Amino acid sequence: MSETFDQIFVNLKHWLIGLLSNVLPESLLPLVSVILSLIPIMAIFPGLFAITTVLERKGLGRIQNRYGPNRVGPFGFLQFAADGVKALIKEDLVPRAADKVIHFLAPVVLVIPVFLAYTVLPVGRNMVAVDMDAGVLFFFAVGAGTELAVFMAGWSSRNKYSLLGAMRAIAQMVSYEIPLILSTVTVIMMVGSLSTVKIIEAQSTYHGLLPDWFVFTPWGLAGFILFMISALAESNRSPFDLPEGESEIIAGYFIEYSGFKFALFFLAEYLGMFVISGLGITLFLGGWHAPLECLEVFPSYLWFFAKLITMILVLIWVRGTVPRLRMDQLMNFAWKFMLPLVLLNLITAAIWHYMAPGAARWVVGFSIVVGSYMLLGRALFSGQHLAKRTYRYAE
Amino acid sequence: MTITFAIIAFVTITATVAAMSLRNLVHCALASAVAFGGLAAAYLQLDAQFVGFAQILVYVGAIAILIVFAVLLTRGGEPTEEALFSRTWLAGTAIAVVVFGVLAWTIRNSFVSQRETTPVPDATVKEIGDVLMNKYVLPLEVIGLLLTAALIGAVIIALKEERK
Repeated sequence: MSETFDQIFVNLKHWLIGLLSNVLPESLLPLVSVILSLIPIMAIFPGLFAITTVLERKGLGRIQNRYGPNRVGPFGFLQFAADGVKALIKEDLVPRAADKVIHFLAPVVLVIPVFLAYTVLPVGRNMVAVDMDAGVLFFFAVGAGTELAVFMAGWSSRNKYSLLGAMRAIAQMVSYEIPLILSTVTVIMMVGSLSTVKIIEAQSTYHGLLPDWFVFTPWGLAGFILFMISALAESNRSPFDLPEGESEIIAGYFIEYSGFKFALFFLAEYLGMFVISGLGITLFLGGWHAPLECLEVFPSYLWFFAKLITMILVLIWVRGTVPRLRMDQLMNFAWKFMLPLVLLNLITAAIWHYMAPGAARWVVGFSIVVGSYMLLGRALFSGQHLAKRTYRYAE
Repeated sequence: MTITFAIIAFVTITATVAAMSLRNLVHCALASAVAFGGLAAAYLQLDAQFVGFAQILVYVGAIAILIVFAVLLTRGGEPTEEALFSRTWLAGTAIAVVVFGVLAWTIRNSFVSQRETTPVPDATVKEIGDVLMNKYVLPLEVIGLLLTAALIGAVIIALKEERK
C-alpha cells in the first residue's frame, strides 16, 4: 500500500509513456520522457515560491511585531496571486542608456541555470530527472552561470548603483563558492561518488533510533552548518544581502528592472534558495528518507518536501533575526574563518574514515571541529576592539 | 558529423568571431563566455562529463568573470574608436596560415597520426579521480604548489604597503 503511494508519480509517468509509445515514433520517446520529468519541476517549485513569499512576509511580520499581508484571500494567503498579476501588467521600463539586448537577456540567463540545477535533485525514491554520474559537479557548474547573469544585469542597466550591486554580488558569490564546494567534498569523499542518488543511498540505513545521516557525525555537522552559511551567501539572502542593501545601493543589480523582468529576478533568487537547500538535504540530511525507520511508510517525496519547508522556515527565521553584514566583515568571514574551517573539516572527515568505529573517533572528531572553531574565533577577535560604538554626531 | 555537433560548432565559432570583432569590450567578454560554454557542450557531446562540467565551472564561472572585472577596472567598457583591423592584417593572416600549414604538415607526418587509435575508454568521474590520485599524484601536487605560490603572490601584491 505504502509502496503504491510512494511510487505513484513514477508509475504515472511510465503509464503515460506506455500510452504515448503507441502513438509516437520510437525516436521521440526519450524526449517525451525528459519533458514528462521536467513538467513537475517547472510546476511545483514556482508554486512553492508563491507560497513561500506569503509565508516569508507573514513570518517576518510576526517577528517584527506586525501583521504582514492580510487583505487578499483568507489570512492574506492569496497575496502572491495579486503580486503576480501586478508584475504581469506593470509597464516594462528600460532605461534609455541601457544596453537593450543584454538588459533583456540577463533575467532569462539567470533563470535557466537555476532550473537546470533541479534536474539532479532527487525529490523522492526514483524521482530524479537525470541521475548523472557527476551530479554534484553539474549542480555547481550550472550555478556558475548565475554570476555572469548578475553581471549582465548590473552592467547593462548603466546605473552606478546597479553596477556596484553586481560587483558586490559577484565578489560575494565567488568568495563563498569555495567554502560551499569544499564543504560538499567531505560527503563526496565519504560516499565515493558525485551522484546525488548514490549519496542518498549511503545514508539510507538506520542505526538504533537515529538514521545514518551525515549530519549526525562531527564532520557532517560542521559541514552542514558551513554549507548552509555559504548557501545563504550564495543565494544573496539576509544576513548576506549586501548586493541589494536597500539603505546603501537601493536595490543592487536589478534596480532598473520592472514588471515581469523584476519578478524573474525574484523567482530566480527564491528558486536558487530552494535548490541549494534541497542539495543540503540531499548531502547531509538523508534526502527523501524518513527520520525514523517506522515512518518510512509515508511516501518519500513527502519527507523531502517536509525537510525543504523546514529549511525554508529556518531561513526566514534567520532573515528576521540577523542584521546585515558589512562588506569587509563579509569578506573576512569567508576567507579567514570559513575557508580554514572547511579545510580542517576535510581532515576531520579523513580521520573519521580511517579510525575504527567507536567512541574514540567521536571524541577526536568533535575535538577537532569544536577546537578549531574556538581557536580560530578567538584568534580573529583578539585584535579587535569590541565595545559599544560611540558616535560623534549622531546619538 | 551529427546535427548536435553542427549546432555546437556553429554557436562556438560564431561566438568566437563575435568575441574578436565586436566593438564593446564587455560584449566581447560575454561572447567569449558563450564560446567557452560551446566548448563545454562539445566535451559533453563526447561523453566527457567531468571535463565538460569543469570547463563550465572554471571558464564560465571564473575566467569570464575575471575578464569582465579586468575590463571594468581598467577602461570602463566604453566602445573604442580605433579601427577594427590593424594595418598589418594581411601579413598577420599570411603568417597565421603558414604556421597552421607547418603545424598541420608536421602532425600529419609524425608517428602520432600513424598510431592506432585505441578504443574510447568509458572514463567515469571516479576513474579520473583514481588516476589523478594514484598515477598522476606528483604532477597534481606540483600544480597545487604552483597555484598556492600564485595565490600568495597575489595576496602580497594586494597587501597595503606599510608606511613608515
